[in-house]
Parts: sequence; C-alpha cells; structure tokens
Amino acid sequence: MSFLPKPKLHHPQLPTNKLGYTRRDYEGTISTLCAGCGHDSISAAIVQAVFELEIEPHRIAKLSGIGCSSKTPNYFLNPAHGFNSVHGRMPSVATGANLANRELIYLGVSGDGDSASIGFGQFAHAMRRGVDMCYIVENNGVYGLTKGQFSATADRGSKSKKGAVNADEGIDLAQMALSLGATYVGRGFSGDKAQLVPLIQGALLHRGPALLDVISPCVAFNNHEGSTRSFDWVRAHNEAVNQLDFIVGRDEIVHAQEPGTVDEVTQHDGSVLRLRKLAPDYDAHDRDGAIAYLAAARRAGEIVTGLLFVDPEPSDLHSALRTPATGLNRLGDAELVPGPAALEAVNGSLR
Amino acid sequence: MPSSRLADHKLAAVNDFVVKFANVNGSGSASANALFAKAILRMGVPCAPRNIFPSNIQGLPTWYEVRVTEAGWLGARGGVDLMVQMNPQTWDKDLAAIEPGGYLFYDSTRALPRSKFRDDVTTLGLPLTEICNAAYKDPRQRQLFKNIVYVGALSFLLSMDADTVETLIAEQFKGKDKLIAPNVEAFRLGRERAKETFGEPIGLIVRKSDQVGDKIFVEGNAAAALGAVYGGATVCAWYPITPSTSLAEAFQRWCRKFRVDSATGDQRFAIVQAEDELASIGMVLGAAWNGARAFTSTSGPGISLMSEFLGLAYFAEIPAVLFNVQRAGPSTGMPTRTQQCDVLACAYASHGDTKHVLLFPEDPYEAFEFGAQAFDLADRLQTPVFVMLDLDIGMNERLCAPFKWDASRKLDRGKVVTAEMLEAGFEFGRYLDVDGDGIAYRTYPGTHPTKGAYFTRGSSHDRYARYTEDGAAYVDSVERLLKKHATARNLVPAPVVIDAPHPTRTGALFYGSTAPAMREALAMLGGAGLQVDGLRVRGFPFADEVKAWIERHDQIFVVEQNRDGQLRTLLTAELGINPAKLVSLVHFDGSPITARFIHGAISNEIARDSGHPSQPARRAGGWTPAFVGD
Repeated sequence: MSFLPKPKLHHPQLPTNKLGYTRRDYEGTISTLCAGCGHDSISAAIVQAVFELEIEPHRIAKLSGIGCSSKTPNYFLNPAHGFNSVHGRMPSVATGANLANRELIYLGVSGDGDSASIGFGQFAHAMRRGVDMCYIVENNGVYGLTKGQFSATADRGSKSKKGAVNADEGIDLAQMALSLGATYVGRGFSGDKAQLVPLIQGALLHRGPALLDVISPCVAFNNHEGSTRSFDWVRAHNEAVNQLDFIVGRDEIVHAQEPGTVDEVTQHDGSVLRLRKLAPDYDAHDRDGAIAYLAAARRAGEIVTGLLFVDPEPSDLHSALRTPATGLNRLGDAELVPGPAALEAVNGSLR
Repeated sequence: MPSSRLADHKLAAVNDFVVKFANVNGSGSASANALFAKAILRMGVPCAPRNIFPSNIQGLPTWYEVRVTEAGWLGARGGVDLMVQMNPQTWDKDLAAIEPGGYLFYDSTRALPRSKFRDDVTTLGLPLTEICNAAYKDPRQRQLFKNIVYVGALSFLLSMDADTVETLIAEQFKGKDKLIAPNVEAFRLGRERAKETFGEPIGLIVRKSDQVGDKIFVEGNAAAALGAVYGGATVCAWYPITPSTSLAEAFQRWCRKFRVDSATGDQRFAIVQAEDELASIGMVLGAAWNGARAFTSTSGPGISLMSEFLGLAYFAEIPAVLFNVQRAGPSTGMPTRTQQCDVLACAYASHGDTKHVLLFPEDPYEAFEFGAQAFDLADRLQTPVFVMLDLDIGMNERLCAPFKWDASRKLDRGKVVTAEMLEAGFEFGRYLDVDGDGIAYRTYPGTHPTKGAYFTRGSSHDRYARYTEDGAAYVDSVERLLKKHATARNLVPAPVVIDAPHPTRTGALFYGSTAPAMREALAMLGGAGLQVDGLRVRGFPFADEVKAWIERHDQIFVVEQNRDGQLRTLLTAELGINPAKLVSLVHFDGSPITARFIHGAISNEIARDSGHPSQPARRAGGWTPAFVGD
C-alpha cells in the first residue's frame, strides 16, 4: 500500500501509443515493496505490456488477495478499478466480477502463499471453471509480509534464510493449471522482462483462463544460497522452451530476435502468438506432454519457462452459461423484471 | 385384535383438525401427501402442511402434517387428531402423539397385538399392502400406488369431495397423461375399500368452504427466488446446504422461465454452484462491485464461513444479498429442523465492529416481497442485506396472499456515478458523505477513462479510498458506517402492530416464522380475557416505531425460536432497553413454534405475576425453561 502519490510531472515528449496515452498513464502509485523486489519488475512488465497493447487502462479490472504480491495492483494502471480482497479469495471475486461484466479484461495478481496455500482451492476452481482472466502468481516461495516462512511452492530441500530445510513437497502451479484445464499457461521470471512482457500480453488477450507463474525472488527473505528461488539459482536453472513474440493485428511487437523454428498461433481476437522454439522437443499445444515435461525438468532441478501451453480456441465460463455478449450489469429493468402480468400467471399456477 | 375398533369418545370437528402422515423417507409418499393437502385447499378450506424430515435420502422416518383450519391459523398446532401410520419404525411415538378421542389409520395387512393400540383412540385398519399386492404386479407400483390408495381411503373417511381429488390428479400428471388413469384408479380403489370396510366417514370432516379465496400455495424458498428475479438479480453463487438448496434451484427454474431470450437463447443470468461458501460470497461481492445484482442462499454453517468476506463487504461497502434459510445449530446441529438461531450471527457477522441489515419475512408472500426489496436496499445502502428465512417458511408450501408487483415500480440502483456525471464535473470521492446520510457514491469499474477509478480494499481507507493508518481517518470512516446504519433504520420494512381488544401495557414481540402461531395465540389470549398487544419486527436496524412501542409497554414477551433469546439481546443492546422489561419465551426443539405453546407460556407468566403488578418480569435476563415438545 502506498502512502505516496507519484508526482504528476510528465516529460513533454514522452512517447504515446495510438490512443494518445503515455507509459505514465499506465503506472500506479509508488511501490512500498523492498528495493529490488521481483514484484516491482512484474508491475513494470504489466505497465509495458498494456501500454504496448494499446488498451485503455480503465478497460482492465485488477484484483488481488493479500500479501506482498497482492499489494502491487496499486502500483500499476491507476485509471483502472482495483480490488484488494481477502487472503486467497481473489479468484472468487474475479469470477463474480467477470460474471457481471464480460466486457472488461480481468487481471488477477496473487502470490504463492495466496494461491498455493489458503487459496489453493479457489485457484483450482477458477481454472477448472474457465474464468476468462489473466491470473499472475508472483512466486517467490516465501511469506514476505510475515518475514520468511516457507510457502507451499518452496522446493523440498530448499533452505530458509534462517537455515531451516523445507521438508514438504513444493506445488507447481503451472503444472496444476495444466491439469485443471487452463487454456493458456506460461512461466516467466521477473528478471527476464523480454520474455515476460509478451507472456502477459498473450494472457491478457487470451479469452479463457490464463495462468502465469512468474518466479519473482524475494530479496529480503529468499535470495540466499540454498534457496531455489534466488536470482542466482533461477538464472542458473532457467530453461526457456520458447521465446514468444506477441503480434496485435499486423503490428508486430518484437522483443527479441532469436533463431529457431517459428510456430504462429492465432488467438480468437486475431492476435498472433509467434513462438520461436528453443527446446526442439517441446510442443506448446500438447497439454499432457507439457505436464510430463515439467515433471521431468523438475526432477532434474530445472525451472522451465516460456509459453508452456496454449489452446487458441478456448471456451470460458460465459460460453457455458450462455450469457449475452454485453455485460449482465448493463441489463435494465425491462430485461430483468418480468412484470405484473407474468406474476399474475405465476399466482394462477400456485392455486 | 380386530383391525378396526371404535373408542368411546371420538373427536368430531369440521374443518379444524390435524392429520399427520408417518412415512418412510424415499417411499414416494410426498406427492400423495401434497395431493391430499391441495385437495383440501381446492375445497376452499385453508390448511397448513409441514414436512418433518430426516437428514437422509432413504429409509429413515419422515412425517407430513396437515393442519386443516377454516379459521386460517397456519402455524403448527401441536397434537394429532388423525394419525396415518405407514411406518412401523415410529409406531409407538406416533401412537402416543394422538389426542384422546383421536383416530389411527394404519396398514392392517399384518396383525398387531392389542398392546400396540390405545383404548381412547379409534383404530382404522385397512390392509393396504394386501390390496396393492392383489392389484399390482410391479413392486415399485405396489409401493407408489399404496400412497394414492390411502389418499383415497382418507378422502372417504374425511368426507372429502372425490371429484376435486380426481381433477387434481389429472392436473398433477398433465403431460404424462398415461399416469392419470392408473392414479385415479388407485384413488378410487382406496376410497371404495374404505367405504366397504368402515361403512361411514369419521367425525373429522372436510366441508367445502370459501376461505381460500385468491390465496396462493407456495414454498418460501421458491417465493424468495422469484423475489430475486423481480429484484433484478443476475448473478447467483451458491453452495448446496439444507434447507437453502431449493432456493437456488428455484431461481434457476424461474430464470429459465423469465430470463431466456427467445430469439437468441441468451441467458440473462449466471448461476454458479461454487466450491464452497467462501467462494459463493466472494463471487457475489465481485459481481456486485461490478454493478450486477448478486446473491447467495445459504444456512447457518455457510454464514460462519462467509464471515470474513462479510466484514470486507461492510467495510469496503459492497452490496450483497444473502438468503439465510435458518436451521437448528450450533455446528451441524439439526440440519432438517427449524430455528431462528442466526439472528446475532448475522447482525454482527465478521470480526471488528460490524452491523448488518436484516429482513424478517413471515411467509412466502413476504419472502417474495423482501427478496426483491433486499436488492434495492443492498444497492441503496451499499452493504450486505440478509433475508432471514428459516426451514419452516423455506421448505414448506404455505398458503399466503398472492404476489404483487406494481407496474410503475423501478429498481433502485442507489448512488451510482456515471461517465456523464463525471464529465459534468461531479467531484468523486468513493467514501465522501455528500448527502449527509452516511451513504457515499460509487462508480462501476470501466466507467470513465480518466475519472472515477478507485481502489477497493478491506484495509483502512480515507474518504478518497486511499490507504491510511491514520487514526482520525479510520474513526471518520467507521463512524460514517454507523450513520449509514442509522439511515437503514427507516428503509427496512416497518414493524406491524396488532392491538389487543382493550388498551394494555403488556405486549408480545415476535418476528419471522413465529408470526402465524403468534397471531393465533394472541386471539386465544384475547378470547380468555387476557389483553396482550403484538408487535411483529420486520427489519434490523430497528425502526423508530419498535422503540416507541416497547416504551409504551411495561412487560413485553419476546417470543422466538432459539435458546438464548437472540432478538431480545439485540433489542437490549441496540435500543438501550431495560432488560427487565423483556421476558424471553423461547421454543427451540427444532419443531415449529405453536400457538398452544405461546398461549400457555404467556398465560403462565401473567398468572405468576398477577398480584405483583409492580414486580419486574421474573425471567428477565435469565434462561426460560419453556420448551414444550409436541
């Protein structure tokens, strides 16, 4: 939570996107997280992603639970409505919000404590229900606000700052999301913005449940030797299976030029995901294969990143519920209230 | 032992008696029993049926009680005049419940020893199993038609009109026409065999009358769900729990009827069976925050689970409607038995200082009316609103006034700032008390590109929704919530006064499903020359009239269906009433409260206190061991 608004002075020649917004228009208040926190890099990636996508910031609703990561919606997209809910319950609030108005884009931000422990059930059910949202887990393997307890995503055998060894199995949220039916699953690293920004862009425009597990080292409590979520460890064990470029219409947003095979995936809204394969044997259209690949890499101590799975023709909760294309919150009395004559008929049937 | 035997004294009554059916759960008796009740209504005679059922799908005992009441007393009466005994498991208890001079109708296929009967009860045995075994080959048919056969027999014994029943059978199986003829045959079979066996009807008579009029017959849960449709609800998130499940299911049925676009097939509603109650209320808040009308239906255990979110809704000021169909607690308690035991849990749900808005409907008519109104109140007050039903109202079909809807009625969305208002320079502060009523203005997400966005949070915030840990700002916001709650006082339904024939300073205060028994008890007290005024509370926070009425009386019986006198506690805590004035009379064994109980308890209290008029109520503040079983 920030006590400090950002100064409103803008450089007069800040570049604008097609809508006439500068990058500053997508920012939030000043972060109160620790200097060097991975979460701030993710916030910056969100700002860049939405600015480049040329989405009006108020068309996004940002929701979160409780914890360091859940504070971050305050630090990006100031013109958007935000909802900092209760611990582990962001998915249900996002589900309800999405039911009320399918015309906005829903960005949920959570942490590993919020989503893998207290909110594990809600995380799972939002995925399996097919809530159309971009669900970002800022995953650092540790409880920051309460000072350094292991979270449920911490790897078995990893060491806490105080030297305790984690005896419990770690939960891989990307693997979970895959088995629960998420139609867009990616893993990024807060230290690799070039990889992360297009992953977020694809997830925001994906019309189904999209999960991004973003490894985001905690500089205060989980950046030491023996941790498997430290900057050094993640850099050394990061195995990117592909490099994603995200294309809206014909305007290509190029983040990196890497050689490799190219796989173009056109999403429902016409946007194109251009995947450059880095791991030759990895197929981002094979859900079961992805699950197996993640499991094998995990045994080998590697952290697989990239766009792990995408279904270009997803369905979502609204298609199952057959709701109208416009938001339910826009329906007026005439469309909602059956009126006195209908009630008289009901009365007649109850005699 | 002859299967039929006449007692010396036999009850005789026209349109004023109680029939109770003792059945086995899952034996298909429910529709036959409902047919019986509905036939009485069709004869123009009011009746009040009640299910008494176990938390079980098949095999355990279940009862269906029909109070036939020309006078229109729809509360449970207590006692049984005619027991229809179809379940040997509960024979002894059922036999004991029959009033002296009453009747026992049973399946006499198997002979029973004399010790299984009572001398003061007329025994009416009909070999139902034998009759059905002879008439039907299929075992399932033997069972199902046995129920219709006994309805036929009862129609003879109670002098009911056969045509009325046969017309109803035809209506009930409309669309499955093949079933009409065999059911009518079974009905006639029972009626004829009863005539052959017993010769003449008994002294309990259903005689055609005109006391039903245009009243309707409906379950409270179905009525509340229809209220939600009329109240403009579009999002329902729920988790199955007895006795509230049928409310969400009814909402689905009404929506399929009224909210499907016939041209496109689009459904103007979204119903989600959530993973638990935590998620149900979370979805409701997300939807309501985003401008849709949303509700959940639940019961006590669900309220406990929702408590954390309810504090958020109260503090962040998010509308929500909760239908709480109460059942006997604490914990799992008696899930299929009724109580009014969540009054305090709902009034103060969640940690920290919280106060919520409660509505207390008395019957399906008010369940519909308050069900619709709750959505206006929630939007107007931007806070959770609880519609406090209970199993007795929710899961029983009840005769009530027909639903009404004024064509000019508009949904009240409350204080919502639009893009146009923002463009015109409206100064938006999410928690600014612009109008002095404690209610601030809100915007829906996505309203305007640059104005009107705010951050919703359960942590302390200032008038512009900014995070703050400043003590003065915190006090400012929670005191405004108190002011808002005070505003709610006169927005909730006003109390209903029932004056005694003569002026009195003794009163009885009650709410919800206690109402029908209470009205009858007040009439009984008046008939006995005891003057007692009545006040039916319909909302919390309490309207000013509640306090004024209490002040006009010296002794007030607070009659409710929980152990601890929860409404009494709420009255003393919120209105600063001297607790000595409020005598708690409570009925909490899980069966619906009866006029007999209330009449007896109040008569006793008045008798005890007579001669000591200046003495304060003796039981004030203490527990009243006033339980009377049926």
